[in-house]
Amino acid sequence: MTAVPIGHALLVAGVLFSLGLTGLIVRRNLLFMLLSIEVMLNAAGLAFVVAGSAWGQPDGQVMFVFILTTAAAEVAVGLALLLLMNRRFDTLDTAAASSMRG
Amino acid sequence: MTDLLWVIPALPFLGFLVLVFAGSRLSTSAVAAVGVGSVGLSAVLTLVLGAGFLSSPPPDGALRVTIAEWMSAGGFDVRFGLYLDALAMVMLFVVTFVGSWIHLYASEYMRTDPGYARFFAYMNLFVAAMLVLVLADSLPLLFLGWEGVGVCSYLLIGFWYQDDANARAAVKAFQVTRVGDAAMAVGLLLLFAHLGTLDIQPLLAAATAEWEIGTVAASIAALLLLGGAVGKSAQLPLQTWLPDAMAGPTPVSALIHAATMVTAGVYLIARMHPLFLLAPEVQVLVGIVGALTLLIAGFSALAQTDLKRILAYSTISQIGYMFVALGVGSWHAAIFHLFTHAFFKALLFLGAGAIINAVHHEQNIHRMGGLRTELPLVFWTFLIGGASLAGLPLVTAGFFSKDLILWGAFSAPIPAGNVLWAAGLLGSFLTGLYTFRMIFVVFFGAAHGHVHERPGVRMRTTLLVLAAFAVVAGYLETPHLLGHITVFSHFLASAVPVVEASEAVLASEPLALAVAVMVSLAALAAAWFLFLERRALADAIAESGVGRAVGRFWLSGFGFDRLYHWLFVAPFTVLAERNRSDVVDVLYGAIAAISRGLHYVLRTSQTGRLRWYAASVGVGAVILLMLLIRP
Repeated sequence: MTAVPIGHALLVAGVLFSLGLTGLIVRRNLLFMLLSIEVMLNAAGLAFVVAGSAWGQPDGQVMFVFILTTAAAEVAVGLALLLLMNRRFDTLDTAAASSMRG
Repeated sequence: MTDLLWVIPALPFLGFLVLVFAGSRLSTSAVAAVGVGSVGLSAVLTLVLGAGFLSSPPPDGALRVTIAEWMSAGGFDVRFGLYLDALAMVMLFVVTFVGSWIHLYASEYMRTDPGYARFFAYMNLFVAAMLVLVLADSLPLLFLGWEGVGVCSYLLIGFWYQDDANARAAVKAFQVTRVGDAAMAVGLLLLFAHLGTLDIQPLLAAATAEWEIGTVAASIAALLLLGGAVGKSAQLPLQTWLPDAMAGPTPVSALIHAATMVTAGVYLIARMHPLFLLAPEVQVLVGIVGALTLLIAGFSALAQTDLKRILAYSTISQIGYMFVALGVGSWHAAIFHLFTHAFFKALLFLGAGAIINAVHHEQNIHRMGGLRTELPLVFWTFLIGGASLAGLPLVTAGFFSKDLILWGAFSAPIPAGNVLWAAGLLGSFLTGLYTFRMIFVVFFGAAHGHVHERPGVRMRTTLLVLAAFAVVAGYLETPHLLGHITVFSHFLASAVPVVEASEAVLASEPLALAVAVMVSLAALAAAWFLFLERRALADAIAESGVGRAVGRFWLSGFGFDRLYHWLFVAPFTVLAERNRSDVVDVLYGAIAAISRGLHYVLRTSQTGRLRWYAASVGVGAVILLMLLIRP
């Protein structure tokens, strides 16, 4: 098994992150925005793993575990928000929750 | 003997406390007993003390009593210390003796007034404050009394405060004297900064030891004290408050605005005379201020129609004489005139009060007339007072004291002496003219209406006693030609220097005396001719175009009120109007407005749209990364 060049791997991570960010910006639905954030988090995790293997260090994988934990917490909070939003506004469109605008 | 000294100011103060806290529950006669009794008792004590002082003078010429510590901070110690020397003794006598007679008069004069207890409370407080002023052995304590009499003056001018004009006159008096008081306070601070003490005697000793004649610091300090004296004694340029102060009850005018408080400035300068000797220019300025004031006030008195305002201008003018005497270093002459003036001017005011009561509170002299037969006692006592004021030769106290001042100016070894003497002579003529104009118009001629009320026994007694003093007080000090009695100056010599004229100057005394006598007689003759014999002529002069303009100018007191209105009041009101929206607040208002503006700008970014926030976080992260990566 030949090692993937670090440049390619980081490119994939960058593309993933950009896709996630784009999804976050263009999607109105809160569920899809949470999915996009997951994608971005995993992109960051991928970058860590790639960098760790390139330097032969375990730190990258340790960081990935951290990111997974963070993602789990984020999902817990995010889904709770999603449920509450659905109950209050009867929709998942984030534009509906803009009553605190300046 | 010495132990009794503190009781003299304490008694009127006690009277004040009693009347303030229990006055409304006391009967009229009880109020009168407390009000008159406290001051009367002080007067008796003063006489006892004075007799002791005369029979066995204290070794260094002064009694000192320390009652209590007032404040002590570092090197600054002020005690409630009393200091009684010959100068203070004279003032003490004037304040308590004349004061108690005026109180007695007022107990009848004010008897129908609903504010009877309040009146006597203020009057007693005034006497207490005046006694503190006179007896103080340190300048802060003197200043306490000084401000105390100012407050009482304010309260009593505005005694009938229901009338807006009276309240305004009170405020005016308070504010105008405040100008002088501020100068005096600065002067005290200056003296303390330079000499390190404010106890009068050590301070004067230190000033004489440390400062040479003509030192700038001494001149400035003397000038500032003169400012205070000018305000309190209603001299140029702060004289405008006194004519309006006549809004108060007549006994107040007699006590505060004729006999005692307004002479406090003269007392201050006499008390601080070593300081003025160190500043000869300022001393000459004192004389010039006095001369100008006595002329301006004399002319103004000539055109007044209100009986009390004539007397008010006359008071300003007579205090001008005292300032002239101070200016030429004739300290004892100033105090002697203060002494005689207290009697005859109080007498004139009290007589005026009796007249005004008799003619239904009419104060315009042209609506009086013919009162000679209706009020004989008031007429004769008023005549004595007027003659004393006009300095009718030989028989009146005013003649001797005024002549002493004129002689002091004439014999003074300073260049300005002759000018001051001439001004004094002209003023003497004016005094005679306006005094006898007043007497002739009020008491002679055709009667207008009935006499409504005659003075009772208390008012009559007071008038008689003061009239007696207005005659005999003069014989305490007479010129060389007329017996050369020097009881008064001999008594004062331990407190103020008494300068004797040289032999060469003495030779011309007969001439000076003759001129003074002739001037006062000429004034009497002129007044008789103009206001009694040829009244039509005087009216014709007054009615002519020039006469009318000059009369209006004099009536307004040389237009000082209008000048000050134009100089100070009008600019102030304009500024106040401009400053309605608080100019200073513009800076702080601007800060608030800018932050509010920024807030409006930033608020538009708070759209409440989650996706926009996410996008801007992304863009911000990109910008940050670019900044970090690019060197």
